[in-house]
Order: sequence, then C-alpha cells, then structure tokens
Amino acid sequence: MNSPVAKPVRMSYREACRQAIRDALTNDPRTFLMGEDVGLYGGCYAVTKGLLDEFGPSRIRDTPLAESAFVGAGIGAAVAGMRPIVEIMTCNFSLLALDQILNNATSIAHMSGGQFAVPLVIRMATGAGRQLAAQHSHSLEGWYAHIPGLKVLAPGTVEDARHMLGSALADPNPVLIFEHIVLYNAEDELDPAVASVDIGSAKIRRPGRDVSVLTYGNSLPKALAAAETLAKEGIEAEVVDLRVLRPLDNATIFESVTRTRRCIIVDEGWKSGSISAEIAARLSEDLFFELDGPIRRICSREVPIPYSRHMEEAALPQTSAIIETARILVGSR
Amino acid sequence: MSERLHIDRQHGQQLFRDMLRIRRFEAKCAELYQAQKIRGFLHLYDGEEAVAVGVMQALEAHDAVVATYRDHGHAIARGLAMGSLMAEMYGKVEGCSRGRGGSMHFFDRARRFYGGNAIVGGGLPLSIGIALADKELRPGAVTACFFGEGAAGEGEFHESMNLAELWELPVIFVCENNLYAMGMPLELAEAETDIFRKAQAYRMPSEKVDGMNPVAVEAASLRAVERARSGKGPSFLECRTYRFRAHSMFDAQLYRTKEEIALWKERDPVPRMQAWLEENHMLSAEELKRIEDQVDVEIDAAVAFAEAGQWEKVEDLERFVLMDEVPE
Repeated sequence: MNSPVAKPVRMSYREACRQAIRDALTNDPRTFLMGEDVGLYGGCYAVTKGLLDEFGPSRIRDTPLAESAFVGAGIGAAVAGMRPIVEIMTCNFSLLALDQILNNATSIAHMSGGQFAVPLVIRMATGAGRQLAAQHSHSLEGWYAHIPGLKVLAPGTVEDARHMLGSALADPNPVLIFEHIVLYNAEDELDPAVASVDIGSAKIRRPGRDVSVLTYGNSLPKALAAAETLAKEGIEAEVVDLRVLRPLDNATIFESVTRTRRCIIVDEGWKSGSISAEIAARLSEDLFFELDGPIRRICSREVPIPYSRHMEEAALPQTSAIIETARILVGSR
Repeated sequence: MSERLHIDRQHGQQLFRDMLRIRRFEAKCAELYQAQKIRGFLHLYDGEEAVAVGVMQALEAHDAVVATYRDHGHAIARGLAMGSLMAEMYGKVEGCSRGRGGSMHFFDRARRFYGGNAIVGGGLPLSIGIALADKELRPGAVTACFFGEGAAGEGEFHESMNLAELWELPVIFVCENNLYAMGMPLELAEAETDIFRKAQAYRMPSEKVDGMNPVAVEAASLRAVERARSGKGPSFLECRTYRFRAHSMFDAQLYRTKEEIALWKERDPVPRMQAWLEENHMLSAEELKRIEDQVDVEIDAAVAFAEAGQWEKVEDLERFVLMDEVPE
C-alpha cells in the first residue's frame, strides 16, 4: 500500500478530523458545517480551530444551543440539495435532536416513497475516559445503530478519522460519525497513498488464529494492547475493528469467528440491548455450530459514568479484562 | 370580503373553487373512511380551507411547502393531483408517497411539497434548512411552513423562530390557530394566547389574520412572501380559524360545545365566499353549477384512480430505507 515516494505523515486524530472537514468544504460548495461553537470557539474539542477564518461564517456556521432546530435545519438543507455537516458537541446532547434524527432524517426517504434523500452527516463526540461525568461520557452509538435508514460510523484509527467523513458525505443517506473523545489526542502515521476509505466494512487490524476480538472506537487500542500481551503467552488474538455499526459487516465478522471459533466483543456501550448484544445474537443465529466456546462480552458497567477517575476506569472496558477473558476462553480449548 | 386586495371574477372564482375542492374532497374522505377504504388516522381540514388556499396564492412553482398531518388542504391547494392523494390514502403504489405515508404524509417532489409532518412542531426546523439551502441554490425561493397553535408549546417552535430571524431566512410561518391542540384548548395550554406575539419576541414581523377569509390570508401572505423574496427575512401569520369536524375520526369532541361550533360555522369560508361572489355579480348560477360539477367529476375520478391502483410489491418493503442515490 505504501507509495515509494510519498512519506507517511504523523497526525493526531483531531487533526485528521479537521483536515477531513477542510477537504470537504474545499471540494464541494454545497457543504457547510453547522453546530455549537464550531466557529469562534474553534470547536468544543478544538477540531474546527481555524476553519472560520478560512471559510467564513456562512460555511462554518455557529448555532445557538438549539440541537433540534439545527439538526432539523441540516436535514432540511440536505433534502433541498445541500451536503451539510452538523456537529453535535457530545452524543448526550444529541438526545435533544432525537426527534429530528429519527422522525425526519431516517423517515423521509421511505415515507415519501423515495422522492427525497437526506444526504446529511452528523458528527458527534462519544465515550468516556476524560472524567467528564455522566452527562458528557456516554456511548450512544449502539442506540443509533438500532435505527433503519441510518449509517453509523465509529472511527477508531487516525486513518478513519481522516477519510470516513468524505465517504459519508458522498453517501446519499444520513450518516452519524461518533468520534471518541479519548482518541482526539491519539497519533499515527497516515499513508498519503490512501485517499479514501469505505464505510461498509469491518477491518482486521491484527490477524490471529485463537480468538476474535470484535470492537470499535476507543476500545480498539485496548484490544490491540491486549493482543500484544496475549501474543507473548502464545495466544494469537485477532482484532476486528467494526468501524461501521450500521449496517454491520456480517461477512467479515462471520469469516473471522469461523476461523478462530471463539469470540469476545468489546463495547463501550452498556451491555443490555447493546450493539454487542446484536452481534452476539447474529453469531448465535448463524454460527452456532462453528463456536468452540461461549460468546463473551466486555461492556461498560450499567451505571451513569462517574467522575472520579478510579470509578470511571472501573466502569469502562479495560485491557486487563480483555486479556483475562481471552485466557479463559482460549484456555478452555 | 376584503378591501385590501382587488379580486376579479376569475380569481374570486378560483379561491372559491379551491376551497370547494377541499371541502368536498374531505367529505368524500369521511365517507370512504366509514366504508373502511381509508384507514389509520384521518384528520380533515373542513373549516380551515381559507388558510391553505389563501397562502398558496402567494407561492410560485419554485417555492417550498412544509405541511402538517392535517395536510389534505395544503396538498390540494398546492396542486397535487387529487388522484394521487386518494390513492395514497387507499395505500396504493400510485399514491403520492407510494402508499408509505397515508393521509398524514403526503409528499411531492415536483411541487416541492416536503411532507405532511405528524410530529407537532417537527416541520419547523425542516423549513429552516430548506430556506437555508434555497438561499444558496434557489435565490428568491420561499418556504411556507404550516403548523397548528399546538406547535407553539414545543421547543422546536421557539428554536426555529430564533434561527429564522437570526439568519434572515426566506420562510413564512403560517400558524393555523384552530383553538384546540387535539382537545387542549388554547387558553389552557398557553400563557400568551396571541401566538403572533411569540414571533414578535424574536423580532419577526407578525400579524393576526382572519383565517376564515381567503382574501385576507392571501393579502397577508403576499406581504410576507414579498419580504422573504427580497431578502428581508421571515414573517409570521397567525391565522385564526376553526376545525369544523372532529380532530380525527376517533374524537367524541367532549372539549367543545355545539354552540361554539355553530357560531364558527356562521363564518364558514366556503358559503361566505360564494355569497360574496354572488352579491358582487362575480358568480352566476350557471358558473356555480359548472364549478360544482367540475369538482364532483374531479373527486369521482380521484376515487376511481385510487380504486384502480395497485398494491406495492411486498418485496419492495425495504426499498428506500437506504437510498442508492440522491434523486435529482
């Protein structure tokens, strides 16, 4: 994949998100960004810093605190021919716009008999790990993955942060992108030869033969760290980055689990009714006889995420839990 | 009816004809509901015809409409084919939304009719976005956004009022104040019962309009549309009107009196418009007969169209959940 000439660029996930927005605004005059504090303030997580100066206030549009109206405005603009990006500060605030997302964004195409599409992208921050407490730390992407008519993306790598937005804007459907708050500072080498990524598939980030670890978002680096440790013990864990929570890439998931015959799902959402529950159900429906052991899930504890660091850590899926679960599962062979 | 707008014979008859088309269409819908040809929720527009008909006079083809779940009147006045509306309520694939939406969700891309919206207040943010897009893509186009006074209780109403004025968007907000949000009387729901004053709080030009008079509604709409077209931003019309029938077909109307209904029926826009035209020698008996016959023929044809329609293939159930492309 590496081009022999172009050198890899080291970049943060935050900068990757910013460059993706910059590209989108440069490439399509129909695209604009709208949300709370995206302009003057530079973005709650500093993703959009500098863009107001570059693109002006009609394309980097600061909104009042009115999630329902500006998300609905994004839907209306998309239906009427624009390609808007709406930013919601955190997915907890997206609940104030849930009516518009569910009753309009995902309903208009089907309910109108295909007369209108809603090519809208909504970006929002998700997840815990920065001691922001219960109203800024939840992982609601699994909830949204329940809804037909949406595409739900969870970039877990700098490359996906850099390129998923472009693919999302090219899609004729409403796409939600969940950017994990802990990952904004993550850095990685970006291959300049890669100009785009698909938004339909899961990707094997580390191959292995003994157990499939299915995960996404900020649990991805935890799973990769766990796999590193496990490898030293002779356990080869295959880490599958789900990337797209809706529609789920059954083919990649099933292929991996069919090979390893064991599966751990790591999901920062709460366990009950989660995306991990959905994946486990699909595996037991379709792959029951391929499995050598029970499907295991590592999810957030079922509490509002607390502030205190040790309590927050205890509430979240951690590398140590993945290692222990893999040991038990593989040790039982 | 009104001195504020000169109404010639042809235009006066057109206002009357469109209101009569709605009135008789609704009567047919009620009949077909009893016959169980139409199912689901059915909200009829009788009594409020002057609002939709008046507003639509001010709109051009490139303008947009966002309607409510009581959308038959808006659709007919906007020029959607009656047959496609009736077929929609029959659930047939020839319906204006392929039978996916029913009575509450009429859509028509060609006429920029962005749906009957059945979440009260939910259409207002949509109209903000359509107007925002039009400012870029269709300069001069205006969005007419209809909603009932019940929407004023919703946060989306206030959020949208603010954004429209703040961003000077080409929207005309048409509040169909029929005094009841389902069964909730206005004075029990709102601390400020003059809804147009809420728009004033957002510095939006607003006025109270006689919603039983199509000429008054048209005149106010023309002023509002002119402001929007010339880049001066949104306006707000509070059209005082009244729903003659029940909220939907499941409503014992315990919340209002027969006397009140009778009082409002004295102001029924359809016979009043007819009488006004006749008094001013703008509608002869022959012309009236011809209009009535044309309307009846149109409705009969719409029913026949719906009856002859096909059911969408069940295999298409999931079609359009995700779109393959953006329709151009």
